[in-house]
Amino acid sequence: MSELKPVKGKIFTLPFFILLILSVIAIPFIVKRFMYGLGAVSNLSDGYPWGMWIVYDVVTGTAIACGGYAMAILVYIFNKGQYHPLVRSALLASMFGYTLASVSIFFDVGRYWQMYNIFLPWYSNTNSVMFEVAACIATYVLVMWLEFSPAFFEKPGQEKTLKKINSAMFIFIALGVLLPTMHQSSLGSLMIIAGDKLSGLWQTDFLPLLFLISAIMMGFGMVIFESMFSSVHLERPLEKSLLSKLSGVIPKLLIVFLIIRFGDLIFKGKLGLIFSFNFQSLMFVIENLLFIYPLIILSSKEKKDQSKYLFLSAASLVLAGAVYRFDTFLVGFNPGVNFHYFPSFAEIMITVGIISVEIMAYLIFIKTLPVLPDVKHA
Amino acid sequence: MKVDRRNFLKVLSAGAVTAAVPDNVFARAKKDVPPDAVGILYDSTLCIGCKNCEMACQRYNKLTAQPSDSNNRDFDPYTFALNKIQIYRNGDKTDKESENKYNFFKKACMHCVDPNCVSACPASALTKDEESGIVSWNSDACIGCRYCQVACPYSIPKFEYGAAFPEIIKCEMCQHVQVKGKIPGCCDFCPTGASVFGKFSDILQEAKNRLALPEKSNYNYPVGDLIGKRSKNNPVEKYINYVYGEKEGGGTQYLILSAVPFENLGLPKLPDYSNAAKTEGIQHTLYKGMIAPIVLFAGLAFTTYKTAKAEDEKGE
Repeated sequence: MSELKPVKGKIFTLPFFILLILSVIAIPFIVKRFMYGLGAVSNLSDGYPWGMWIVYDVVTGTAIACGGYAMAILVYIFNKGQYHPLVRSALLASMFGYTLASVSIFFDVGRYWQMYNIFLPWYSNTNSVMFEVAACIATYVLVMWLEFSPAFFEKPGQEKTLKKINSAMFIFIALGVLLPTMHQSSLGSLMIIAGDKLSGLWQTDFLPLLFLISAIMMGFGMVIFESMFSSVHLERPLEKSLLSKLSGVIPKLLIVFLIIRFGDLIFKGKLGLIFSFNFQSLMFVIENLLFIYPLIILSSKEKKDQSKYLFLSAASLVLAGAVYRFDTFLVGFNPGVNFHYFPSFAEIMITVGIISVEIMAYLIFIKTLPVLPDVKHA
Repeated sequence: MKVDRRNFLKVLSAGAVTAAVPDNVFARAKKDVPPDAVGILYDSTLCIGCKNCEMACQRYNKLTAQPSDSNNRDFDPYTFALNKIQIYRNGDKTDKESENKYNFFKKACMHCVDPNCVSACPASALTKDEESGIVSWNSDACIGCRYCQVACPYSIPKFEYGAAFPEIIKCEMCQHVQVKGKIPGCCDFCPTGASVFGKFSDILQEAKNRLALPEKSNYNYPVGDLIGKRSKNNPVEKYINYVYGEKEGGGTQYLILSAVPFENLGLPKLPDYSNAAKTEGIQHTLYKGMIAPIVLFAGLAFTTYKTAKAEDEKGE
């Protein structure tokens, strides 16, 4: 791991300061939520009990944070050691993504003071998909901090501790692959019980498989996106040859995903819903165009080696997965009576605040701990 | 063999798993109505929309009008009760019962035989009583995740969005007065017998008897409960020959009769199995005895160990 070094530079830069302001803005809204209830800050209702916080912070946020999961599959399971330089930064982003998702659940859950009930054996309901998701995500957050912990000890005088942690590391890594496989698929299973309240364009028994595949794809997309972004903004050379090789995995996953997605719609006879020309059908088309764009670009040999196209297709892929999640939990969800939902300003600002804290924490960690490959060797 | 469209598709797609399986192939076994189950029969042809049931509900459950605590537009915010009379209007609104005129519907918890909310709740806050079949909520367990609201096909559970320490609010069939030998408020105070309380097997039989009555004949409709101390003579309307709730989503203990199509009353068309059965079927197939996760973990740990060791040796 000697090639990983803290990034040189000040922590308090202008972008950092802007993020700090954004996260401070969220505080009064959070206070208001705890004093006057969820209705005081959000547009949530009995018809739309889940809004921006669940759908973005948890369902989409953790999928965006699947970079660590995707890289671990590649490096440790398929033994592609050449991607090793990307592992720790991907893991760090995942760790903060999941940690902040867990924090945001506290804002959303109505009776947060007894949230631990889920884990009390006499209250746990093993029939509940929500129980599976909660137990898995909580464990995974812990596992990721353990997986990342060597970064704290990679300095002189700590060799003993480091060796101890590393000897057990294979267990953490294996758990780090098992747990997202379980909960990313279960996040999809959550909506099966909603039945016909969810439009036929999204409701299917294949939700767990589709959520799992799209989470892995979003993970790879995020790894490409993050490394390219940090190479531009932190003035680091681009690990381009690695990235374009990495992007070769994505089209294969995309083809499997789209075959299941459309095969299911065709066999159930629900594909006609695309032509209902309403908001749902529009969002379905946008979602799938975003999935198809990276498929076309990354299948083309000359285009996938160009940084511009690589960046655009990674961004498109992550956005596609995000739109797929918003569609499945909100756009396609119709509680049947005259309910409407669009996130309130306060809901959006709390989410923006959480994302800001996430990015600030990432910046602090890469500048103080060995996370990214050293510039000279990269 | 009769070749219908479904079978034809099945044959066509013999290789494709997707179509060859019926919609509920993963579903676990259906649940039965508990032997001593209780229930309510709501006959919308008798309902005059007087809202006595809402008033009784408030009184029995000690609910005060809390307009800010529920923002469900489906529930009148000024008469906060666990049931709600809704009006279906169409045409010139002069005549009750006919499809293009008007009708009433009392919306309340259906007390499903295989409730989605009970299956969905991660903390077992919602439970179905093994004897009475009543679905009730436990404030000590609930974490307020509102998955029950997502899962309920009738959008019944209410959450206090306006409260700092919110609760889930739903009909528990006045089980606190049932233990004292009384009947639910909505049935007790219904002047026409539109809502009647009884043993589930009895109300189902009563519903079927009513469907067999000749139109415009006179019938002594029981009022309050089926024991028959009170009754009211009324002419029989032209029923739709169907008991809503007998099969819906695996069955409900709140049964509904109507003279107008059930979808006009806002009742969803549901398959004859519960989505809870389907979800639990899928989850318990994947996680049976935790065998699949354990095997997967063992494989992952072994592979990772080998990879990490090989890398270490390369590094040294």
